[in-house]
Amino acid sequence: MNGKFMSFIRGLYASPFSIAMTLFWAYLAFLTIPTVVNWAVINAVFVAEDGDGCSRSGACWAFIIARFDDFVFGRYPEAERWRIIVAFGLPLILALSSLIMSQKQRGKILFGSILLFPISVLLFMYGGVLGMEVVETRLWGGFALTLVIAISSIASALPIGILLALGRRSHMPVIALVSTTFIEVARSVPMITVLFVASIMFPFFVPEGVEVDKLLRTIIAVSLFAGAYMAEVIRGGLQAVDTGQYEASAAMGHGYWQSMRFIILPQALRISIPAIVNLFIGFFKDTTLVLVIGLFDLLNMVLSATSDPKWLGFEVEGYVFAAAVYFIFCFGMGHYSRHLEAKQKQR
Amino acid sequence: MQSQEAPKTNDILLEARNLNKFYGTFHALKDVSMELKKGDIKVICGPSGSGKSTLIRCMNFLEIPEQGDVIFKGQKVEDSTKSLRALRSQMCMVFQSFNLYPHLTILENCTLAPIWVNKTPRKEAEEQAMHHLERVKIANQASKYPNQLSGGQQQRVAIARGLTMNPEVILFDEPTSALDPEMIKEVLDVMISLGNSGQSMVCVTHEMGFAREVADSVTFMAEGQIIETGNPDEFFTNPQTDRAKDFLSHVL
Repeated sequence: MNGKFMSFIRGLYASPFSIAMTLFWAYLAFLTIPTVVNWAVINAVFVAEDGDGCSRSGACWAFIIARFDDFVFGRYPEAERWRIIVAFGLPLILALSSLIMSQKQRGKILFGSILLFPISVLLFMYGGVLGMEVVETRLWGGFALTLVIAISSIASALPIGILLALGRRSHMPVIALVSTTFIEVARSVPMITVLFVASIMFPFFVPEGVEVDKLLRTIIAVSLFAGAYMAEVIRGGLQAVDTGQYEASAAMGHGYWQSMRFIILPQALRISIPAIVNLFIGFFKDTTLVLVIGLFDLLNMVLSATSDPKWLGFEVEGYVFAAAVYFIFCFGMGHYSRHLEAKQKQR
Repeated sequence: MQSQEAPKTNDILLEARNLNKFYGTFHALKDVSMELKKGDIKVICGPSGSGKSTLIRCMNFLEIPEQGDVIFKGQKVEDSTKSLRALRSQMCMVFQSFNLYPHLTILENCTLAPIWVNKTPRKEAEEQAMHHLERVKIANQASKYPNQLSGGQQQRVAIARGLTMNPEVILFDEPTSALDPEMIKEVLDVMISLGNSGQSMVCVTHEMGFAREVADSVTFMAEGQIIETGNPDEFFTNPQTDRAKDFLSHVL
């Protein structure tokens, strides 16, 4: 550690160019850091009744604190918000409990917690069972909604992507054609179009009386869209698996599905981890696009809060807060991916 | 298991009839026929590009011949899931590059097919796997991953993996060609002991010492054709064709 630090210090003045760069960055830091610290910390107001209690020279974090619950839970009825905590808490506890399990059990438990997630969301957040009142999905919002959309669609994009990737490589022409067409079409349209189709045009296509919840339509649309991208990433992984593996599994008598399940896919997915996580992060952030079809995810809640008459004109604070939340989660995912890769390398 | 002295039956276990294989316009196998009796050890040799690997890979339909038949235990092999499963669960192959599953432990490599193809209960499959790993003298490495083993050890595991299916025939596709010289012997020793226990095998190999010691017949191929077949003593001391003489002068 000390050696690393010393070589870092030495690098700062190793050559005339290094010295110039050091001075340049030091000057830039001198210009920006004090301003940012002044705004974000020193002149910031953390406690205030309303916007009038905030100064214009510093950040108004009081606004974020005052509306924090709404950013997290959206317009969900306040008395029922404990249900959201339970809905997320149950799968989370299950997932965390996997940490004390053996390596073999851990995968199964994690898989189970992902399966549990939509069930527990449906039971507790939607309600209608166990004496809990139904809370319509149009009242869902905030970071809870962001997580519901992101987790459900990302989790279903993976199996969809696997099937599409296998389909595209299939020797059966119809399956290959259908998969390829789907992937290429989905990749060639912007996600906003897909969201509009799901939210506005879909009701025209179904017979009268049939109604599919808007949030559900959105999740299905994002899943299929993300699945197409996932398929290409996994196809890359499948191609990277040595042909000897396909031959060995065939020679041992495994059929197509067995060989995919036990031999090829585990290796292909392992190869694709960085690219898969990259997609996860991308789609996690892209869920903010649902604001164009009127869903109140985290970003939309923040935006609507800035037009609250009590707290007018604090857009910057709102955006910084939303950015910070997204950063924490995306950084976490990236970090976990690197951890997984490092673990694989030990073999 | 029959001992070496026991009279070999005349049952033909595996037969290739007039196989033809093309890669594009390249004619890789030209009307090749051969047969293997139960308990026999057949060595196929020849210069590279002679079609010997293609021939052995056609035997379990990793390559599908355009013309001709493969007959296994009296049944013609069809290119159908059912027929291939029946064929491949009784015949295993050992590859030049081992092709162990890198994400599974040695033991898991050896239990996957018994459990999922033959539906053997896990515990029984593990016991059998350990028995076969014992046979190739590598049982103490059972919980390691393939990349932690040397090439020779990996190839011995590959042989054990094949043995777990109790195969009627083992196909060896240049099993020692990717090995460092000091590891070749440990693999050949395993192959010899298998041969001595009565295991039927087809071996594509350049190891002429092995051929001399255990083979029942040696087949020499060149340019997609079988040039000559004979018992090892005759073939090595008195090859019939100039081609074979020329080949032997290079490898011996």
